[in-house]
Amino acid sequence: MKNLDNLFSEKLPHESAEKHVSGLAKYTDDILEPTNTLYAAIGWSTVAKGSIVKIDLRDVIKSAGVCGVITERDIPGINDVGPVFKGDVIFSSKKIKYFGQPIFAVAADTTELARKAVLKAKIQYKKERPIIRIKEALEKKSYILKTRKFSNGNARKAIKNSQHKLIGESQTGGQDHLYLEGQVALAIPKEDNGLLIYSSTQHPSKTQQIVAKVLNQNFNTIDVHVRRIGGGFGGKETQSFMFAAISSLLAKKFNKPVKLRLDRDEDMILTGKRHDFYFKYEVGFSDNGKINGLDIILASRCGHSADLSEAINDRAIYNIDNAYYIPNVKLVSYRCKTNTVSNTAFRGFGAPQASFCIENIIDNISNFLKVDAYKIRYLNLYQKNNITHFGMKIKDNVINDIFNKLINSSNYKKRRKEIEKFNQSNKYIKKGLAITPAKFGISFTTTHLNQGGALVHIYTDGSIHLNHGGVEMGQGLMTKIAQITANSFGIKINNIKITSTNTEKVANTSASAASASTDINGAAVLNAINKIKDNLFSFIQNHFKFNGKIIKYKNNNIYFGKNKITFKKLINLAYLNRIPLSSSGFYKTPKIHVDKSTLKGRPFLYFCYGAAVSEVMIDTLTGENKLLKVDILQDVGNSINPSIDIGQIEGGFVQGLGWLTSEEVSWGNDGKILTFSPSTYKIPVMNDIPKNFNVKIYNKGINNENTINKSKAVGEPPLLLAISTYFAIKNAISYAKKNNKINLTAPATPENILNSINK
Amino acid sequence: MPKFTLRINKKTHRIDIDADTPLLWVLRDELGYTGTKYGCGRGLCGACTIHVDGEATRSCMTAVDNVDGAEITTIEGLSIDNSHPIQKSWISEEVSQCGYCQPGQIMTAAALLDRNADPDDEDIDSAMKMNLCRCGTYDRIRKAIHLAAKEQK
Repeated sequence: MKNLDNLFSEKLPHESAEKHVSGLAKYTDDILEPTNTLYAAIGWSTVAKGSIVKIDLRDVIKSAGVCGVITERDIPGINDVGPVFKGDVIFSSKKIKYFGQPIFAVAADTTELARKAVLKAKIQYKKERPIIRIKEALEKKSYILKTRKFSNGNARKAIKNSQHKLIGESQTGGQDHLYLEGQVALAIPKEDNGLLIYSSTQHPSKTQQIVAKVLNQNFNTIDVHVRRIGGGFGGKETQSFMFAAISSLLAKKFNKPVKLRLDRDEDMILTGKRHDFYFKYEVGFSDNGKINGLDIILASRCGHSADLSEAINDRAIYNIDNAYYIPNVKLVSYRCKTNTVSNTAFRGFGAPQASFCIENIIDNISNFLKVDAYKIRYLNLYQKNNITHFGMKIKDNVINDIFNKLINSSNYKKRRKEIEKFNQSNKYIKKGLAITPAKFGISFTTTHLNQGGALVHIYTDGSIHLNHGGVEMGQGLMTKIAQITANSFGIKINNIKITSTNTEKVANTSASAASASTDINGAAVLNAINKIKDNLFSFIQNHFKFNGKIIKYKNNNIYFGKNKITFKKLINLAYLNRIPLSSSGFYKTPKIHVDKSTLKGRPFLYFCYGAAVSEVMIDTLTGENKLLKVDILQDVGNSINPSIDIGQIEGGFVQGLGWLTSEEVSWGNDGKILTFSPSTYKIPVMNDIPKNFNVKIYNKGINNENTINKSKAVGEPPLLLAISTYFAIKNAISYAKKNNKINLTAPATPENILNSINK
Repeated sequence: MPKFTLRINKKTHRIDIDADTPLLWVLRDELGYTGTKYGCGRGLCGACTIHVDGEATRSCMTAVDNVDGAEITTIEGLSIDNSHPIQKSWISEEVSQCGYCQPGQIMTAAALLDRNADPDDEDIDSAMKMNLCRCGTYDRIRKAIHLAAKEQK
């Protein structure tokens, strides 16, 4: 693939920027419904575990404006929306596995009437004691998937032969996606048994397949359209299927369009979240802090079903090294089954949790050795050509350079001295500083998902219409793809129109996930473009009797030999000469392979690297904390659109910051979620963001692999950078404590900070 | 049902609806101003922010009978051609990612600039901290408000 760097330097805002600021960007809920549309609401379980003794929906049916209800009995096909494994039943009429499990749905004239009707249901339960927490699930051996054992080298021997060892445990909390646009779907019956579904989903193809199976119809009867979604972050990779399926079932039963838009509270009660993890480890290391061996247990709360938990927990195994060479690893990964919503994809997909764990171990090693943690981190970083614990040679390592550069550019050492001085002269307010590195592998670890498709049309006026498999969710995918197309044809970006991601245009696509949507779909678009260009090349050779080999597309012209013709004229001429001007395109990620039994191989095409320095201030009397300054250096390869990439880095960091400092998903012992509204669940807001927020792209970044423009993925990796803030807080606590043993429960809320100081 | 006269984006709409209907649903479902978004329905996220007589107001928590006769502006009415300084700075600072919260952010920011032509960081934080953005565009929002203030001078 040609290096197109010069063509990507033009400043290009998000393709919807003008529409975003004028309110004209349409989301699923903004689509004008047909006049006969019905509105749905879901009746769900108010207990976490047990069985249903009696369901009485007579008053629901009689309620004002109600068209009718559906339960399990109304499902013509399978009663399951599980994406990989079965277990995500749509409606239960017997067993209850979690608080919020749907039991029935109502269609009525308005959403308000549907919700009022739902409240009139009389459901009797026989309650059982639910399993809610990870430790309880471990004690009761309650697992949703087979326990994974993983080993590389001889960790026990390495620990035994080490000069020092530490034993400890830690945990990370869950995280609600809190996409500002909640779950929503509109299903419209079409002729020949068909359905058109507008869904706010990251995965149109899987929506199509699952709804078809639920309705017991062929996949080709279901069309799914997604123009853009108001945030996904993994929360609409599979969690959207339930709501697409329910609106489709109602639309089928009543033969009318049906819209289902969740209330915010309901969205937070009914949908899965980031997996929280419990870690228990033993680590052996040398006098200078070099890790020799790690023996570790990872246990995550998967919830009531498997959903994507296998791949998420596998990625946690792959990222237990974060950016460090750990020669001997012994690991057991428990996938705990609990009576809670099914935890799911969330930006980072298990990797942030695992990175947090090893960073905590390193932090504890440095506290034990009484050395600034940055030295232990630097000492353990991967070196060129190290081999990871899963057997992949690190060929593209730039973490040492990034780490060094950031230590210097952030003035880390000088600031450390200043902070020590500050802390000596302040009794109650303490500052802390930390740098953490991050490495993140790019590719779906489920190999077959690494494929993309595209469809490119050139109309006779030279304007281009294109579709591909990726969903625009704010990551700037459509903008990047339009840039790739414009650059390839040497035309202006306003000649290119990208419309809804659409199962009719591009089939069998993968979810927009794993940060790889530009890599995969951009390459598929290029493949389609190159097929059209091959046709045009032959045409130019024949038509203009041109014998040369080089044709250039530039400045709206095509140059061949000494000739030039405008793009528009060439396209029209090609049409008149019956040259095909449409093409599909396809791409599959090369080189990747994994042995499913050992998890070893090359699961990733490449790695993204980055590092961050955080400086914080805590009040040791109240636990209040403030992030004062952040410096970030992130490798994005040779960026296609630096401004979009920096936006992703900032946003990823902020989301990670929330996960580790303020967002606390809480469950009662009865299995009811306690944090189901922005009033009880706090994501970062404006005044949580430091005034000194310095984000830089690593200027030597280049992808060794053959990606477009030698760029790298950017969606998920920067979330890991917020781990630096947590360890800056832990560092600040260390100045307030007499001993060097610090247990700080994540997230580092004021309450947890106070507990840590007072322990 | 009572009749209300709503002045929205300098146009007059007559509407028959229950007096306690939240303005958000009147705007979105009855009148088609879908630029104003539903986020939480409890005034906690700011996605539904509009102007009522120039004040940034949560339309999800505002009953329609409270705004009878008031001058209402939605994102669609801020300008006809994205020429409001806030819209311009939002585009040039490339603020929006998914875009869903941005109409609310913009309406809150525009009201801030109306009452404070030169806000400092603290003023901005104080005015904007109740508008959630899950994409984390806060740093650019702050920059865009500063830019708009500068351009407006």
